[in-house]
Amino acid sequence: MADKMYKLPTPRVGGYSAEFYKFCKDHELRFQRCTGCGAWRHIPRDMCAKCGSFEFEWARSKGRGKVFSWTTAHQPMMAQFAAHIPYSPVIVELDEGVRMVTWLTGVKPEELELAMPVEVVFDDVTPDVSLPKFRRAA
Amino acid sequence: MDTLKDKACIVGVGESAFTRGSGKTELRLMLEASLAAIGDAGLKPHDIDGIVGPPIGSVAEHFAANLGIEDLRFATTVHMGGASPVVSLQAAAMAVASGIATNVLIPLGWNGYSSNPVRGGGARAETGEKPMPEPNPMMNTIGAFYLPYGATVPVQWYAWLATRHKHLYGTPFETMGAIAVNGRANAHLNEKAMMRGRPLTMDDYLAARWVSYPFRLYDCCLETDAACAVVVTSAEQARDLKHPPVYISGVAEGHPYPADDIPARPDPFVIGLSFAAPKAFAMAGVTHKDVDFLEVYDCFTYVVMLQIEAMGFCKRGEIKDFITPELIRLGGELPLNTHGGLLSEAHVWGMNHIVEAARQLRRQCGPRQVKDAEIGLVTGWGDFGDGGLAILRR
Repeated sequence: MADKMYKLPTPRVGGYSAEFYKFCKDHELRFQRCTGCGAWRHIPRDMCAKCGSFEFEWARSKGRGKVFSWTTAHQPMMAQFAAHIPYSPVIVELDEGVRMVTWLTGVKPEELELAMPVEVVFDDVTPDVSLPKFRRAA
Repeated sequence: MDTLKDKACIVGVGESAFTRGSGKTELRLMLEASLAAIGDAGLKPHDIDGIVGPPIGSVAEHFAANLGIEDLRFATTVHMGGASPVVSLQAAAMAVASGIATNVLIPLGWNGYSSNPVRGGGARAETGEKPMPEPNPMMNTIGAFYLPYGATVPVQWYAWLATRHKHLYGTPFETMGAIAVNGRANAHLNEKAMMRGRPLTMDDYLAARWVSYPFRLYDCCLETDAACAVVVTSAEQARDLKHPPVYISGVAEGHPYPADDIPARPDPFVIGLSFAAPKAFAMAGVTHKDVDFLEVYDCFTYVVMLQIEAMGFCKRGEIKDFITPELIRLGGELPLNTHGGLLSEAHVWGMNHIVEAARQLRRQCGPRQVKDAEIGLVTGWGDFGDGGLAILRR
């Protein structure tokens, strides 16, 4: 839900990362996929490190993956996050192979475990920004 | 592989006072440490003709202008965060071995306590000193992809590595605690250590508050206003100086892949040191068994453990069986962080690890002296896991 009072920092974007979040705004999780060799990549870059191609498409992920790792912050390192303590920046590995930092919704820190299956949900934090987050999947 | 072996030596080491609230600029702290190191070498400031500047705060020219170095023949900077000091040794050794420079100064320091943004900038705010912007590829990744989820500082980034390793291999908290408790015990034998006289037991460690799982308070390094410096010169010249030379026998740098994003790594436990270690050991022509003590970059306990595995002291996942209090204590088979490290001496970006290793090899460490120390190993860890390794011998 859009909230004009959203207090947390939104992504500082430019170039490819702005494109990534533009798709998120439409509730589409897309990553760069090399049109030369088919390799997926994230974070976005100019070149495919596997085959050297500059050509790519923004390919849509199925949005399903597994918990790869996490930390649970108990001390706010930025004042804005104080109200959210404890919170867990989680690394999710998508089925397509790329990994990204995110939050899980509806999962308590003590419930986190490696390989927990998750699926993407979009959180419309401001009228302009939707953040990809994940929830537990079957 | 042996291009640099024993070609260059550490001949001078020095530091500023270690405090919480220096009231001085970071450049001033580094100049004080530099003078101490130059004097320790038995040299004069104008003898310095090479400077490997710090990755933050000031550049080589600032040092040259203050120290009166009119003919600065070599100036560079290594941008590898906490791996910069060790990798700066490599740069200095290259400059000296190739004849580009004769006496290379490596200063590094900061107001790590008082200039922390949560304390209003401290001395940096008072003096109007501004930190130099770092040309750092990590910042784009953090701003776009970590910041919105509140993962903005090292204790959180490195925790991702620690959590996965801990849960895959079943490492108990007591292994992490052994490193924290060991550092504190060594700090009691070190007059400069910030945590001298403040004992830490395993129970204290386990009872401490969480900072960022799996890191509790005593898994985390100190915040210190401090600077250290070393002087590197050629092996020929080193023999005529004040102290027994400390030879740079093996030195190498390494970068994780990709360096600018932790989640994207094909294997998250392949870190910079994984690439650096085989090269440094091969250059020095020594094996793990030859090493008398370790000074391992200890920003957080688990980072020490990842580095010890990456260097091949034990196999992946076996750190829980390898690290014991008996092994790593002074008098043990493999004394670790004999000065107390970043955890209990001071946070000087690991430059204090190099200073300590040099003093151990000169046998100047009094109550914490490693008996018959001949070969010491120093690591650096910085940014998202950049690594450096120096194998030093007397």
